[in-house]
Amino acid sequence: MNKNAIITGLIIFVLAVLSPFWFNMITATQAAPEPKLLGKAKTEKNCVLNKYEMRANHMALLDEWRDSVVRNADRMYESANGHSFNMSLSTGENSCLGCHEDKTKFCDKCHTYASVDPYCWECHTNPKEIR
Amino acid sequence: MNQKYLIPLTAVFLLFLVAYTGVEGAGLQWFFGIVFPYVAMIAFLAGFVYKVLGWASSAVPFRIPTTCGQQKSLPWIKQNAIDNPDTSTGVFVRMVLEIFLFRSLFRNTKAAFNKNASNRLSYSWEIFLWLGALAFHYSFLVVILRHFRFFTSPVPSCIDMLEYIDGIVQLGLPGILLSGVVLLAATLFLLARRIFDAKVTYISQAADYFPLFLIIGIAATGLSMRYFTKVDIIDIKTLTMGLVTFSPTIPESVGGLFYGHLFLVSILFAYFPASKLMHMGGIFLSPTRNMANNTRAKRHINPWNYDVETHTYEQYEDHFREKMIEAGLPVDKPLDKKE
Repeated sequence: MNKNAIITGLIIFVLAVLSPFWFNMITATQAAPEPKLLGKAKTEKNCVLNKYEMRANHMALLDEWRDSVVRNADRMYESANGHSFNMSLSTGENSCLGCHEDKTKFCDKCHTYASVDPYCWECHTNPKEIR
Repeated sequence: MNQKYLIPLTAVFLLFLVAYTGVEGAGLQWFFGIVFPYVAMIAFLAGFVYKVLGWASSAVPFRIPTTCGQQKSLPWIKQNAIDNPDTSTGVFVRMVLEIFLFRSLFRNTKAAFNKNASNRLSYSWEIFLWLGALAFHYSFLVVILRHFRFFTSPVPSCIDMLEYIDGIVQLGLPGILLSGVVLLAATLFLLARRIFDAKVTYISQAADYFPLFLIIGIAATGLSMRYFTKVDIIDIKTLTMGLVTFSPTIPESVGGLFYGHLFLVSILFAYFPASKLMHMGGIFLSPTRNMANNTRAKRHINPWNYDVETHTYEQYEDHFREKMIEAGLPVDKPLDKKE
């Protein structure tokens, strides 16, 4: 095979492998987000699970809640720290968004950063958008 | 039990445990999270370039394409322009089909004795290696491309799009991504093939099993982090973004499982140039695929042939003309009359 073709291919390959490095040099890199605790969440400081478990596991919890509510009509969640919560994403004071008031400043911050596109909002509505 | 797969299996387990205990027990996050990934990256690139340059400088004096169809011949005989190409266009098409569709695996056959009374040796078409290889390579490609979401911020829309298509079945939360599952299933199938098919077992070495176990380990730890044990993805992205922007940081809440995953990936990268995995670069340089079969139309001269001193018949006759005539042998040119 033609030596120039090999070298060209090799250069393209090396550039492709190094793409995460140069891509971040030529584009403005967004820093890691800091989701804001607003309103009730700021004073309460006590979520359903502890902070680290919530960060890693909230989607699985929401999935369980959905099954519990939709299939068993069971809306009460007794958390490990003794509090009971209303299993709801967006309705009422005691729901997720009741505490974490602003979806764009809380949920979306990390979801956008990690390129996660949850389908929660295909059924649920963000209360802020209705008002 | 066979040491050819037990040793690589143990090695992969130990490598994972080294990283896991190194992080959980000895607090060596800086080594497994920063130092070793960089070292592996450098080893991968340097090794890859070294290998390819070595191949590029190797002599390929002869046209040795594998011919899998009718050669270009007389005008009324139909040539198989892809499987026996005589032009660079045909070679290009052949290479593209080989690289993207693995056509040579598609032709795989197996030899076996008939189970009936005749007990004759017969060859049959064996498609499962091709299917397994195709499933494995493409799912691995998608998995690798998807991981760009950890190395770019904001994430390019093409990566979002890929992830959307990958997660199209919307099962569970976090939604299942097909490529990861296919990757694990395909590698397990390719492993089962090596273990249970006696003829393949016979030709399998530790170097065949090790990359398989390594990739199975990577897929298993990756799937486990996404679907079962769960990790803080934002902290992990902080680490990976630190690596690619050359400002490495170690986030506090990332556990040993992630470092185990990262270490296995780093091992895969570092090991890549020294292993059979180099077929990634090698496929482009296979003389049996990338050469046109045009030896009948074009003369190819071995580039290092030295000039052979030739002694033509005319020179021979000039030397011995007189003696030839004396001996009564016929000559092309008569003796000069003047002398």
